[in-house]
Amino acid sequence: MTSWLTRSRQRLTGFIARRETPDNLWTKCKSCGAMLYTKEFEANLSVCPECGHHERIRAAERFGQVLDEGWTPIAVASPSDDPLNFKDQKRYPDRLKAARAATGEPDAMLLAKGHIRGHQAVVGVQDFAFMGGSMGIAVGNAFVTGARAAIAAHCPFVLFTAAGGARMQEGILSLMQMPATTVAIQELKDARLPYIVVLTDPTTGGVTASYAMLGDVHISEPNALIGFAGARVIESTIRQKLPEGFQRAEYLLEHGMVDIVVKRHDLADTLGRLIGLLMRA
Amino acid sequence: MVQTLDFEKPVAALDAEIAELTADPARAAELERAQAKRGRLLADIYKALSPWQKTLVARHPDRPRFLGIVEQLFEDWQPLAGDRAFADDVAILGGPARFRGRSVMLIGHEKGHDTQSRVQRNFGMAKPEGYRKAARLMEMANRFGLPIVTLVDTPGAYPGIDAEERGQAEAIARATESCLTAEVPMVSVIIGEGGSGGAVALAAANRVLMFEHSVYAVISPEGCASILWRDAAKAADAAVAMRISAQDLAELGVIDSIVAEPVGGAHRAPADAIARLGDSIDAALDGLEKLSPAELKADRRAKFLAFARAA
Ligand SMILES: [Zn+2]
Repeated sequence: MTSWLTRSRQRLTGFIARRETPDNLWTKCKSCGAMLYTKEFEANLSVCPECGHHERIRAAERFGQVLDEGWTPIAVASPSDDPLNFKDQKRYPDRLKAARAATGEPDAMLLAKGHIRGHQAVVGVQDFAFMGGSMGIAVGNAFVTGARAAIAAHCPFVLFTAAGGARMQEGILSLMQMPATTVAIQELKDARLPYIVVLTDPTTGGVTASYAMLGDVHISEPNALIGFAGARVIESTIRQKLPEGFQRAEYLLEHGMVDIVVKRHDLADTLGRLIGLLMRA
Repeated sequence: MVQTLDFEKPVAALDAEIAELTADPARAAELERAQAKRGRLLADIYKALSPWQKTLVARHPDRPRFLGIVEQLFEDWQPLAGDRAFADDVAILGGPARFRGRSVMLIGHEKGHDTQSRVQRNFGMAKPEGYRKAARLMEMANRFGLPIVTLVDTPGAYPGIDAEERGQAEAIARATESCLTAEVPMVSVIIGEGGSGGAVALAAANRVLMFEHSVYAVISPEGCASILWRDAAKAADAAVAMRISAQDLAELGVIDSIVAEPVGGAHRAPADAIARLGDSIDAALDGLEKLSPAELKADRRAKFLAFARAA
């Protein structure tokens, strides 16, 4: 099956290239390599039907999967364009411009309000496609905006995390988003509203060490990479190979850091059920 | 013997010359000139330290550390051990103490002073147990109305299998949360290295102070350089770009004040540096003690929300 698809794809891409048809007709599973018809793959919530791999998805796709029809975006600001005047091999404003052009998004966290299986919720999604989902002032600002929108609507805040960590180009100001977002979580707690975190692949660094680990409930997608330190940093510190399955969702479940590992197809049901129970609705 | 940093070599050369002149009473005038020159040179070098040079000063092995500061500034310090769940982590120390007439809860990183103690204290890189102990002590301070004083000096939280296994990220997040929940005055001082999440977990305070030549950053200059420049040797560039010096951080509004160091850095005159630190902590606590418990928490929340450009 796979080899037939592979061969067909080779023929197809050759043909398609000449006709200038978009070459995203087929998607190769990053885990098992199976060639999948993109439309079917997306209809399957971007989960590989062959091996169950959960592919990283964009914020808009996530909102569509989790929220009932009729959801609306909540505007997010991009309040921090280059507060340090940062330049590495590229200027930070150029990196931002490129990321905005590539994603069509203002920054790495987007918000929406609507219902999950009939229960009102504010949902935040961190988009790994925007500079690795990295947490800077705009992400912190979106997080606070989302938490407060939930408080105003008296509903839970559901947050999907995905990030390599803090945005280095904002230096110490990115680090300050750890306490800033923690204050917003305390506001949710003071209002006695559920804060539910869904950890998706990958969630590491300062994001894990702040709002990703302070939820009332921690859900994770299968096999998502979740940790504080990156694997390379750990390996170079301890000069040891890392164990199989290290820092994966199931490992965190086993070690008591995650409540439930939930397949993408069951996420909306699980969230809806939890919200109904916690909100006594 | 104080370890000489690369950029201090001209001073070290003069030191050698001064030692020679000191031995010869006939050359007293020369000696005096050399000493004056040395003083000017040292002051000039330290006035113009680059962010990378400051990083090296901040990591200097003879810099004042937690235990030396306790000895000079605090009385009746009673160290308390353990996170009540797994172990005691001696990279973070803490316990109640008396500071200029008041009871406080003192918590901080301790890097160690020689090879053996550095290994024992994991070079100041705490594991989850350390952060959980800190959170426990902050909660205790809150219950008994003790102001919290933290001394931050860490390359970062420990990156290891065991730390990940026991929830390093969660432990850091909870410690940060404990800082932000307390309804008592909280003053933090970055005394050497303020390394990322491992530092902020003890530094989400009402007032954050920094020693003049300490550094505070989201990632080490070497780490930043190896990611963004793909070359750890670009650490000096990364240190500039990230703006990690006390002076930069004061300008960015991340810290509230700078504790001046003696000429040539705190490692040259630790007792003097520690005395200045004591006055600065005292002044910061004095200011905060005028606020009510609710105001103290509100002050801290507003301060950190402002970094997300949210009121
Ligand atoms: Zn697959």
